[in-house]
Amino acid sequence: MAEQVKTSTTSTVAGQPLSSVPLVKSATAQIQAVPLPRRLAGGRAWGIGAIVVIGALLPFALQNFYIFQLTLAMVYAIALIGLNMLVGYNGQVSLGHGALYAIGAYIAAILMNSYDWPYWLSVLPAGVVCLVFGYFFGLPALRLSGHYLALASLALAVTTPQVLKHKALEQWTGGFSGIVLSKPEVPFGLPINQDQWIYFFVYAIMLVLFLGAYNLLRGRIGRAMIAIRDQPIAAEAMGINSAIIKTSTFGVSAFYTGVAGALSAIVVQFVSPDSYDFFLSITLLVGIAVGGFATISGAIYGALFILLVPNFAGELSKSAPWAIYGVLLILVMYFLPTGFAGFVRMIGQRLSAMFTR
Amino acid sequence: MDALLHQIFSGIASGGIYAGLALALVMIYQSTGHINFAQGEMAMFSTYIAWELIDYGTPYWGAFFLTIVFAFAAGVAIERLVIRPFHNLPVIALIIVFIGLLVVVNSTASWIFGTTLKTFPSPFPSEPLWNNHYISNHELGSIGVVLIIVAILFVFFRYTTLGLAMRAVAENPISSRLVGIRVSWMLALGWGLAAAIGAVSGMLVAPILYLDSSMMGGVLIYSLAGAILGGLDNPWGAAVGGFIIGIMENVLGAYVIGTQLKFSVALIVIVVVLLLRPAGLFGRTVVTRV
Amino acid sequence: MGALLSVKNLTAGYGETVVLHGLNFELREGGITAILGANGAGKTTTLRALCGLCRRRGEIEFDGKRIDNLVAEDVVRLGVAHVPDGRGTFAAMTAEENLRLGAYLRRDRDGVAQDFENVYTLFPRLKERRSQQAGTLSGGEQQMLAIARALMLRPRLLLLDEPSFGLAPLIVQEIYRTLRTINQQTNVSMLLVEQNATLALDLADHAYLVETGRVVISGESETVKADETIRRSYLGY
Ligand SMILES: Nc1ncnc2c1ncn2[C@@H]1O[C@H](COP(=O)(O)OP(=O)(O)OP(=O)(O)O)[C@@H](O)[C@H]1O
Ligand SMILES: [Mg+2]
Repeated sequence: MAEQVKTSTTSTVAGQPLSSVPLVKSATAQIQAVPLPRRLAGGRAWGIGAIVVIGALLPFALQNFYIFQLTLAMVYAIALIGLNMLVGYNGQVSLGHGALYAIGAYIAAILMNSYDWPYWLSVLPAGVVCLVFGYFFGLPALRLSGHYLALASLALAVTTPQVLKHKALEQWTGGFSGIVLSKPEVPFGLPINQDQWIYFFVYAIMLVLFLGAYNLLRGRIGRAMIAIRDQPIAAEAMGINSAIIKTSTFGVSAFYTGVAGALSAIVVQFVSPDSYDFFLSITLLVGIAVGGFATISGAIYGALFILLVPNFAGELSKSAPWAIYGVLLILVMYFLPTGFAGFVRMIGQRLSAMFTR
Repeated sequence: MDALLHQIFSGIASGGIYAGLALALVMIYQSTGHINFAQGEMAMFSTYIAWELIDYGTPYWGAFFLTIVFAFAAGVAIERLVIRPFHNLPVIALIIVFIGLLVVVNSTASWIFGTTLKTFPSPFPSEPLWNNHYISNHELGSIGVVLIIVAILFVFFRYTTLGLAMRAVAENPISSRLVGIRVSWMLALGWGLAAAIGAVSGMLVAPILYLDSSMMGGVLIYSLAGAILGGLDNPWGAAVGGFIIGIMENVLGAYVIGTQLKFSVALIVIVVVLLLRPAGLFGRTVVTRV
Repeated sequence: MGALLSVKNLTAGYGETVVLHGLNFELREGGITAILGANGAGKTTTLRALCGLCRRRGEIEFDGKRIDNLVAEDVVRLGVAHVPDGRGTFAAMTAEENLRLGAYLRRDRDGVAQDFENVYTLFPRLKERRSQQAGTLSGGEQQMLAIARALMLRPRLLLLDEPSFGLAPLIVQEIYRTLRTINQQTNVSMLLVEQNATLALDLADHAYLVETGRVVISGESETVKADETIRRSYLGY
């Protein structure tokens, strides 16, 4: 505690504020460092396979409205995995990912609306633009950390809707009223409805991106990201180029979030400046906090939380749903600092310990 | 020319408001190194208390001071009940908690007090001084109140034992404990003071912006920019920063980037200052010899 | 005469690691006791344990009262002033503000004013530098400031953690001379932690040698000085 406060007051001068404060409880890292027994790892692969299959079957069992909701949850999950790379794995707090999500959504919407691109072609460019943008935002972020980075990115989140509304861009963005898009048609004469098709479209992209994230984060680069988060000085000494890793993480994180934004435009068929306000950034951060920092599966739990809990809170109390949301958030931080993913993992470890004994 | 003067004066006036909330932010930053993202919402909530009191027929200044007392107590209570349990957790957890707090206070306010805009009285006469058309009495009065707060804080931190102890805790909690300071109470006190100052700024904003649960959202952003510009560890620096931001917002908004993009001013200031001079214009540079 | 401080079976550590494995020692009122030991022996930890700055177990009795369950803020209130290792000065504040903080618990204004005079007499250098930022003082001046700040409490027991650390021999001698003066004038007891055994044994009346968290030698300074092990390993002759 002493160290923390001290660094924060003195090192503002050095331009490395709060850098020595661990951003994410290292417990997460420790849990991850425990190698899974082979048998369990095998079981885990089966489990994941089963979930993937169930995911592919779900749209045949659900009503359209729930399919739509699940599709939205998957879009969020993509954004969350992107944000978690940055915040959870690399320790850079961003309150501005709502802005990147918005940029992704608008790029896709403009390509479809003003340039008649097909929806499936507009996703990648949206991600790439965000990648470039994120990379460049990551450059000044190199010199900021903790609260300061949160602040700078917060300002980005607040500014973006204003830019989107601006007159100069109106011919593309549609100003205040935004852009209305048409619903993607089912291709190849497949015997499914449009909602089911959009579900599969998003589902496929999500699987690819999750696989990519898994390879990235569980590999050498992921370890470098964690090392920079926990031991910045030691990481440098070990020969990790933390500037490159940090800016690239920002870029990749922005790519994921931008793709999610583009998908959200396709799923909702509408973009408007006010859908991407500051609360969206907060919601995304909440998603990874609740799901679990520095976890991959946490993105799923987080996405379900941010999608379902506001509804649930709305039913619990018609007048103050957000208050309940906020209280839940604080309680989760207190009782489950490693998020639902950490909780699930703990339960899993307890269970496996019980059975192996 | 006259138009420019106009912009500058209204800039000074809004700057006074930003300075008020910036001071509140500095209070907490100084003692804990944290930026309380819920500061604006707490101020907004307190302003509703003042509104209720006035609505019941309490005279303005009575409501004003009662509200300050309420805000102080609420600040202390929030620190002890909500923030304290997290003091060993990493920064990111705390940022999330601040955001949770922001959401809770905001939505509780619209739940209890409704969502219709409320007019809030000004304690200052409405006829402008010397019939000038640049600045209203309320704006002048707000600036005066902010300057008084700065002066009180200056005296408090420089000359009173309690103020000294609060600074000590901010600088070195362990040594503070070794001279007998109860660190945890100082942190709670910092929160109380911040909330009280925030309440004052809320009551000064409300006659201008109308009272509503989203009243302080924009103010918080500008105040943060002001506090960063002036130096987060320096009360009067932050106040000056608030004024500068107010003027920049108005002048740049009117002549350079257009009113639609006013928030960008805050964004640019925050990023540029953090990059070029992270301690702010007037932030203290601590010299340590080892 | 009973001891002012008596420590029985003190264990202490940080997190999982145990540093002290059952320490026993005593300190009489008005006396100066030295704790000697090599780097990492647990000297600093001993002082921190007394103040409740680290996890500890055992019996600590100060002036007949058990203090082993008190937090640091309350130990200070009994009149125990700690000059920590690294001096713990408030670097961004002036020397005078540091002294005012030392008197934080005092309510007798006149007495405090008197003590300002006293410490300025003991350390004239601090009087010259009183409005200078403590962080910019020289190492020796900072050590003086740290001791002066502790004295502002009017303590009954002064805990000193390596007051000679990193200072030039002349300054060290000056500080030790002042410590003796303080002890003679105010009868404040001192628990002195040192690596420099020669210095410490000259000042102290009793001494304990700690090795890896255990007392290995104890007794009056003269006896300890004569001990073969001490002579060879710590006094170097
Ligand atoms: N905060 C801490 N956390 C964990 N271990 C600690 C901590 N402080 C000290 N230690 C360990 O406790 C042991 C004793 O340390 P201590 O500082 O008490 O030694 P010392 O006798 O004062 O040494 P020196 O003469 O070098 O000051 C050392 O092994 C040290 O690594
Ligand atoms: Mg030591």
